[in-house]
Amino acid sequence: MTKDLSMYWKKNLTYMVILLTIWGVVSYGFGIFFVEQLNNFYLGGFPLGFWFAQQGAIYVFVVLIFVYYFLMQKLDREFDVNE
Amino acid sequence: MSILAWTYIMVFLTFSLYLSIAWIARVKTTKGFYVAGGGVSPLANGMATAADWMSAASFISMAGMVSFMGYGGSIYLLGWTGGYVLLALFLAPYLRKFGKFTVPDFVGDRYYSDTARLVALICAIFVSLTYVAGQMRGVGIVFSRFLEVDVNTGVMIGMAIVFFYAALGGMKGITYTQVAQYVVLIFAYVITAVAISIMITGHFIPQIGFGSVITSGPDTGKYLLETIDALHRDLGFSEYTQAFGPGSKGMLDVFCITLALMVGTAGLPHVIIRFYTVPSVRGARISAGYALLFIALLYTTAPAVASFARYNMINTLHETPYSEAPSWVRNWEQTGLIAWVDKTGDGIMHYAPGDAFEGRPSFTGETGEFGQRLVSNPITDNANEMFIDRDIMVLANPEIANLPAWIIALVAAGGLAAALSTASGLLIVVSSSISHDLYYRMINRQATEAQRLLVGRVMIGVAVMIAGYFGINPPGFVAQVVAFAFGLAASSFFPIIVLGIFDKRTNREGCITGMILGMGFTFFYIIHVNFMGAAPWFLGISAEGIGAVGMAINFIAAVVVSRLTPPPPQEVQDMVESIRYPRGSSSAYDH
Repeated sequence: MTKDLSMYWKKNLTYMVILLTIWGVVSYGFGIFFVEQLNNFYLGGFPLGFWFAQQGAIYVFVVLIFVYYFLMQKLDREFDVNE
Repeated sequence: MSILAWTYIMVFLTFSLYLSIAWIARVKTTKGFYVAGGGVSPLANGMATAADWMSAASFISMAGMVSFMGYGGSIYLLGWTGGYVLLALFLAPYLRKFGKFTVPDFVGDRYYSDTARLVALICAIFVSLTYVAGQMRGVGIVFSRFLEVDVNTGVMIGMAIVFFYAALGGMKGITYTQVAQYVVLIFAYVITAVAISIMITGHFIPQIGFGSVITSGPDTGKYLLETIDALHRDLGFSEYTQAFGPGSKGMLDVFCITLALMVGTAGLPHVIIRFYTVPSVRGARISAGYALLFIALLYTTAPAVASFARYNMINTLHETPYSEAPSWVRNWEQTGLIAWVDKTGDGIMHYAPGDAFEGRPSFTGETGEFGQRLVSNPITDNANEMFIDRDIMVLANPEIANLPAWIIALVAAGGLAAALSTASGLLIVVSSSISHDLYYRMINRQATEAQRLLVGRVMIGVAVMIAGYFGINPPGFVAQVVAFAFGLAASSFFPIIVLGIFDKRTNREGCITGMILGMGFTFFYIIHVNFMGAAPWFLGISAEGIGAVGMAINFIAAVVVSRLTPPPPQEVQDMVESIRYPRGSSSAYDH
């Protein structure tokens, strides 16, 4: 049982690392550090870096939270720790 | 019907709604008072969190800041949304499983120390009071602009309303009024944005509209953002979409400010405690998603509003004779949010970089040859003749778009909803910190339920009075609230709570050292740079961004000191283990 639970926690941490990496890439990566390079590309009338900083990153944030919710729902059931 | 009449009707209707909800949701138990009984549905909690979070500044000022800063305004858009990902992944589910009433509760129990509890309690009160002062001022300003009453009268009306529903219903009353306030504010915000988007680009979704082509006027067929960039070049501004360049913040500074705002968001007590009100860990996870979804609705609309407003403003004002200016220019000149000094003496308004004169306009009471209000401020020698308050970008939008009077009134009601909902969420934090953490946990463990409720209600009254006092006599630091509230939340709570959940080895000594060093450094830096006029000496990072450094200091100090001192007792480590798994969560319990 204890071994099981440490696997549960490890998987949770893995999900977190992956999701937080995406979180950092879209906001700090695309929106700040590489904004000038991305601004050479366009999405309709939006310079791409500018779009990530004012729109895209925020959409990704919302999606990340829901993805985490669904992943954890599955994980909770798998390890039988759901409420 | 006139705008004023409509505004009275809207404000009366919405306030009656809030008060009725508060009456229905009144509570008799401390559990109801502090965590709304723990039975709020995740969807309702998401809306309440969104209203709690979006203050007068988000509603009224943010689009204006983005409008004047262009790309630079992204720090607020990213910073005030990205924190919810941290909240959803690092904090909300675990604090919900832990299941006590307040943030100092967690810090005090996890670090088995009343000193830690006390430090957390002082941080919570300080952060919340700084923040609430600005909200009360916001209420006063909306009242004075739309209802033509004195700012101070506005503040008093706001105080009375908030006191009534917060004292009566505690967290429960606040939660359900916030749900109503969210609906009012988002409807008011989005409907005007949609109307303007259709007017300029023909798109009814503003988020798409501001990346589209203009469909009327002299710039027909050109992309909106491209057109604004060109206007900026002509007038001597740096381009609207340009990220870094002369006169803008450096990349490291932008990074630090965004990080400090994100982490600060996740560490603000009035946001965290909202997640104690849902019935389960699962509920806490999804509720954070709903909250960000509802917040994103406004935060993705704001940059669209910002660019529409920028385009409209430059087009209608620059090189237009004052005598031919649209009526909203004069309306807002009357309230002091617009001023024009005719430097060239040609009767034409010229807009350019720099301030037209020093400070905010102080009108002499006389009018010039074109009927403009004269100011007594020292005039600067640049080419700019216009003073335009950034708040106007949202407040004047419906008039610019020729929307009917009832929508203008709705925007006023929306601004009030935004300010009141945030103020009430902050007041409950101050009240629970004192009545629960200080009075019940540290002074009188034998207090009865009735005594504790009474203390809670009295403390709401005291907190409202303090907030009202600062609303009427705004201290100089209201403008620095952002730096203070977010910097301190980022450098105190966030690292300590995260370590408390993810690192069993972090102990009492590490926690106290980390909080004191992290917060002490941040506090000192903000005072030094913002109040004593020092240059930003740490890698050029401005006061708004220093919380990110304070957070790092807190993390490092807490981890290092914990390794050098004895580990936490076994029962604390067991408690940390248990909050990691959702099973067995009851609703928030008393203790």
